[in-house]
Amino acid sequence: MITEEAPEIAPAPAPAAPEPPRPAARRRRAWDEVPRWQIYLPLSVYLLFTLIPFYWILLFALRPAGSTSLVPWPMTSVHFGKVWNERSFGVYFQNSVLVGVATLVMTTVVALAGGYALARFDFRLKRGFMLALLCTQFVPGALLLVPLFEIFANLRMINSLASVVIAETVFQLPLSMILISGFIRNVPYSLEEAAWVDGCNRFTGFRIVVLPLLRPGLIAVGSFAFVHAWNHFLFALMFLSDQGKQTIPVGLNTLMSADSVDLGALAAGGIVAAVPVVIVFAFIQKWLITGFSAGAVKG
Amino acid sequence: MAQAAAVAKPPAPPGRRRASATPRRLPYLLVAPAALLMLGFIAYPVLSVFYYSLQNYNPTKPWRNGYAGFDNFVHAFTTDPQFWGTLTFSAKWVVVEVGLQLVFGLALALIVNQTFVGRAVGRALVFSPWAVSGVLTSAIWVLLYNSQTGITRYLADAGIGSYGTSWLSDTATVFPAAIVADLWRGVPFFAILILADLQSVSRDLYEAAEVDGASRVQQFRHITLPHLKDAIVLSTLLRAVWEFNNVDLLYTLTGGGPAGETTTLPLYIANTSVDAHNFGYASALTTVAFVILLFCSIVYLRLSKFGGGNK
Repeated sequence: MITEEAPEIAPAPAPAAPEPPRPAARRRRAWDEVPRWQIYLPLSVYLLFTLIPFYWILLFALRPAGSTSLVPWPMTSVHFGKVWNERSFGVYFQNSVLVGVATLVMTTVVALAGGYALARFDFRLKRGFMLALLCTQFVPGALLLVPLFEIFANLRMINSLASVVIAETVFQLPLSMILISGFIRNVPYSLEEAAWVDGCNRFTGFRIVVLPLLRPGLIAVGSFAFVHAWNHFLFALMFLSDQGKQTIPVGLNTLMSADSVDLGALAAGGIVAAVPVVIVFAFIQKWLITGFSAGAVKG
Repeated sequence: MAQAAAVAKPPAPPGRRRASATPRRLPYLLVAPAALLMLGFIAYPVLSVFYYSLQNYNPTKPWRNGYAGFDNFVHAFTTDPQFWGTLTFSAKWVVVEVGLQLVFGLALALIVNQTFVGRAVGRALVFSPWAVSGVLTSAIWVLLYNSQTGITRYLADAGIGSYGTSWLSDTATVFPAAIVADLWRGVPFFAILILADLQSVSRDLYEAAEVDGASRVQQFRHITLPHLKDAIVLSTLLRAVWEFNNVDLLYTLTGGGPAGETTTLPLYIANTSVDAHNFGYASALTTVAFVILLFCSIVYLRLSKFGGGNK
């Protein structure tokens, strides 16, 4: 699919003849000077690459089994009913929502507390702690499956959603904390000090002055945590063996690893998995880019 | 560990600028939940991996359990027929993935950073695979690649290729097929990171360059690229580590097959521990992976000078 790009660019029309310089317009056009086709052509090619897979899964989810039509018509909801009831995606969906929301809340609260301390205090071993946070980025959860399994077995938490929530939270925390401390550092300390002068204690000052300003950042971090927990697969696969406790990615994997894959059910299950994430994504996209650029970890 | 000491030791005298009536314990109390969670569920598991790497430990063969010294490591580097293969494949996977993600992600970010009609919608659509999970990506591409009703069927209808081709079960095509599937999700991620940084390039610089008669290519080389350098270094390294560790996609898309052709080191470790229950050996392989990643982290810290900038 990638190689398609080359031949399509070659015959494209040459850029418009350079216009004579017009000093008055120059300032305004400085940013917009790029010829339109140089934007729309590569963008369309890339959009095709992005959207065909999405169309494909919709097609398979909506057309009757055995159909080879490239248009999902006549439309059927058979696959959704099947996957939701027979393949228990209804139960998986509930479990995934629980895991996602619990991870979101835990990650945001714990990271907010830690991030505030990192941003506003000098304390002993702070630097060491920040280094430890960074090093965890190189500790993959996938490689710690066995010891984590043993810990949760000792805590008698195997087959409980709490084990997955804890594992997801722990691996989300470091980055969330680094990001949040960056957001807090961007809020002038003098604002908080002014609140104290007005009679607030540290907590109410934080709540009234800082917290509202952190909204974009917290939305970015929280939704990141939710999406990760919603999507992540290995922890749920390992720690939840009881079928009634499993999450959507595990359900998808079960559908895929069957001897003869039911493509319609797989497609419908995939859409069930995608919908909440797409909704979250649509809401937060704007916040995400501003959030990341505000809290970006730079040297 | 460092975190425990941070909680237990008496606090440092408050900084000069930080004079307030706050109790000295406060920062420690605030950091404590995060520190405890990370101690219990990251630091302790890491230590236990190191411990088990020196043991024969297999719950299904308890009679052989016990101290093994460096046998596991020796086995990995000398007699294990799969170890070097998985390591080479990991390297190949990471280099190709991150390289292509950098090229396409950078291009995509530059395009959607322009002002044009339909930009908001274009951005949303182009970035949308970012949020799709590894397992769902696999599901989508399994549908696309399947031999009966996948893309190849329609290509064959149009006279390209032959019917019944399954890219995922052919050793010649499985690598590019898996790479493309992962790019589909990885490029938007990379583009988002770059785009976030592009927002902070001052427009004045471009206007000044424009006045001086710099072409767009020159502007890109002398303004945009130097500005993005840090972001590119950080993103590529983070992506490299992430791609190295990422198991979800290959586990579900190819299962490491056909014939072990697409088994990365972490996937091999997962199979060794989950299927073969050879926890001791899996721990030794994990330790090897850690050493490789530690090397990456040192490079990463050097390049980003992390932690030096906060006062």
